[in-house]
Amino acid sequence: MTSGSDGFALRLKGITKIFGGVKALDAVDFEVRAGEVHCLAGENGCGKSTLIKVVTGVYTPESAEEISLFGEAVSTITPVKARAKGVSVIWQDLALFPNMSVAENIAFDTLVGARPRGVPFAKMKAAAAEVLARLGVTLDLDAPLETLPIAQRQVVAIARALLNDARLIFMDEPTASLTQSETDRLLEIVRKLSADGVAVVFVSHRLAEVLDISSRVTVLRDGKLVGVYPTEGMTQARLGELMTGHLLESNVSARDVSGPVVFEAKGLSVPGQFENIDLTIRAGEVVGLTGLIGAGRTELAHAMIGMTRAQGTMRLMGKPYIPGSLRDAIAQGLAYVSEDRLSLGLLQKQSIADNAAISVLPKLLDQFGLISPAKKQALILDWVKRLGIKIGAPENPIATLSGGNQQKVVLAKWLATEPKLLILDSPTVGVDVGARAGIFRIVRDLADQGLAILLISDEASEVLYNADRVLHMAEGRIRESFDPRQTTIQALEAAIYA
Amino acid sequence: MSAFITRLRNALGRETFGLLILLAVMVTAFSLASPKFLTAANFGSMGYQAPLLGLLTLAMLGPMISGGINLAIIFLANISGLTFAWVMLQFGGADAGLPAILLGALAAMAVGAAAGALEGAVIAFVGAHPILVSLAMMIFLRGLGEFLTKGGDISGFPDVVGALGHGAIFGFPLPLLLFLVVAFVWHVLFSRSRHGFATYMVGSNIRAAEYSGLPTKRTLITIYALSGLVCAIAGILMLARFNSVRVGHGEAMLLVTVLAIFLGGIDPFGGHGRVAPVILSILILQILSSGLNLIGANQHLATAVWGLFLIAVMILRSGRLAALIPFRKD
Repeated sequence: MTSGSDGFALRLKGITKIFGGVKALDAVDFEVRAGEVHCLAGENGCGKSTLIKVVTGVYTPESAEEISLFGEAVSTITPVKARAKGVSVIWQDLALFPNMSVAENIAFDTLVGARPRGVPFAKMKAAAAEVLARLGVTLDLDAPLETLPIAQRQVVAIARALLNDARLIFMDEPTASLTQSETDRLLEIVRKLSADGVAVVFVSHRLAEVLDISSRVTVLRDGKLVGVYPTEGMTQARLGELMTGHLLESNVSARDVSGPVVFEAKGLSVPGQFENIDLTIRAGEVVGLTGLIGAGRTELAHAMIGMTRAQGTMRLMGKPYIPGSLRDAIAQGLAYVSEDRLSLGLLQKQSIADNAAISVLPKLLDQFGLISPAKKQALILDWVKRLGIKIGAPENPIATLSGGNQQKVVLAKWLATEPKLLILDSPTVGVDVGARAGIFRIVRDLADQGLAILLISDEASEVLYNADRVLHMAEGRIRESFDPRQTTIQALEAAIYA
Repeated sequence: MSAFITRLRNALGRETFGLLILLAVMVTAFSLASPKFLTAANFGSMGYQAPLLGLLTLAMLGPMISGGINLAIIFLANISGLTFAWVMLQFGGADAGLPAILLGALAAMAVGAAAGALEGAVIAFVGAHPILVSLAMMIFLRGLGEFLTKGGDISGFPDVVGALGHGAIFGFPLPLLLFLVVAFVWHVLFSRSRHGFATYMVGSNIRAAEYSGLPTKRTLITIYALSGLVCAIAGILMLARFNSVRVGHGEAMLLVTVLAIFLGGIDPFGGHGRVAPVILSILILQILSSGLNLIGANQHLATAVWGLFLIAVMILRSGRLAALIPFRKD
């Protein structure tokens, strides 16, 4: 692996890219050292994706003072040139072939796609096995890709890039849909790549990860370069500030809550999922529930909303509560914001208005029992105002909104049902750091108005800063209860990852 | 002028606007080609022909918006028609009185709705694909119907039944009236009712709809039951128009209903689409067929033109017309 003479995998100077009069990139400098893990950070719309697309030749910048790859100046980058130089991008959707085998996917560019006739199967498998060995991973080479979990597909995509002699790999939100242990394994692979001399540019919304894996971070805001910082000594709070341009509230917001008990569970169990859970949530209280994925957090939430039947007793507002179904639970005053906003939380094909109205249709009927367009419009406009949702028109597809605004629509749809208990399951997945603060401000306001809230998250900082009480769940049991005012993030993380 | 067109276009929706232009072009072309086109007689005859296809298309619409399909519509109509005939024959055939006719019509609608609900229940609870379920229902009903009728025609009904198929009120064809009533109900159902809302949501993502607290299973059963109900109305009309029932009557219309639905801009994957453009597209197909007939074209040619027509519409909608024009080097 020879890198350029100057030790840089990539040097960009003064890159400007304009879309319809708006500067998506405004004289941005960006450089990545050979073999470095470098993070590209910024809120949605800050220009990260545009920058990646300039480097890979998808977009041609309006002006550029310097572009050089591995020490060699290039006038323009085309996708073909970028690939030939060893630049590779692993997009979130991975761009693989689901019905082809692992080996075929890995060797696609070099042996399958390029050959005019005949595929040398033995050679292909040998090459795939070799590159996987380099990553320290074993996969069934003949398995169709679609049978693999996302994390392994990602490994396939990385292997494919490596077989292509990639020396600079961009990873766009690679951990967004991974569990904690899968993420750890991916980060391990990234370290191995780096040790091998492959530079990796990492894009992630999870600041803890960013600081953990990369040695330097470049921060963009509104298309402009904020700065390049070493990650050593950098804190999540500071990085968040740099990205959003304003101070983020990352102080413990816990208070003593003495409202009436809204929800109470005693000895709740679902065999194989969780055991003997005792849980009390008061009006006005935010109870944080954290732990590794697989600890039984989401399963507990599912039992609370009637998706699964649990043993033990539950009480809601002092009365026995036995939800027969999700519909039943909603009718009794529970609301559940799913961790999977993309496929369960929202109907991506439908409009913003319909997504907000879906849970409260009975309230929108006119005297003929038909849905009143005026009431529907009033509902969405009311919530847009109350939650500060940024939308174009209510008739626009929900997919036109950013992650943070989509999540606010999900909140609106459940708040409109006037719930007694709101369960938030990983509410900030795919939401950028500025919008996260906005969502937690809403959560705090709701609690102040007397709503009982269960906040589930695998990010220790989220529950520590935003809950009144933090419960740690592991292997299906609640292990420990923390008072955020008397604990530190380090202590909480130590408990979780113990 | 262009501002006016833009406003009209927004008010009607893109699909409807395009179809209206198409309609205007065709009416102009056919009236130039044949002096008989713009006559009361021609429009009267269209008013008797189009409603049957129209009703069957409406029966297909709900399942398609829900992301499914109902391949059994023709045989649902046949079996309902058979029920209607059977009740009337029990009460004296041609001499059956009005109560018997009403009873027969109700029985027919009950059978259609029940068979549809059964389809919906299997789709909802078993999770089988609607193509498979409705195909199975279609084969079952065809076999059952042929077994009961021994493959023959059943006829001999009271004259008043025939009047439903051929009569008019103030010169307005009764079948057309029936169709317009059902179409209006469908329009309200899909644009304003809770069931209609749920149908769109189920069609775009059934699990997210369930997680939002919609009764997805009940919605699916209702969609197919309503589809079966409209099939029964179509079956009654078919009996009235042909004055007989035979299993297999109207079989050729099955795929034409799908054609009309796609022409009407319904999302083939479910979740989107409106009633009004579908009604326009039925009108267009009828005008195409009647117009070709008037200028002396062969009936089979009309079918071929329908197919070509749909391909043309798809190309126009894709906005890639330019891609079809051969590349020319200057």
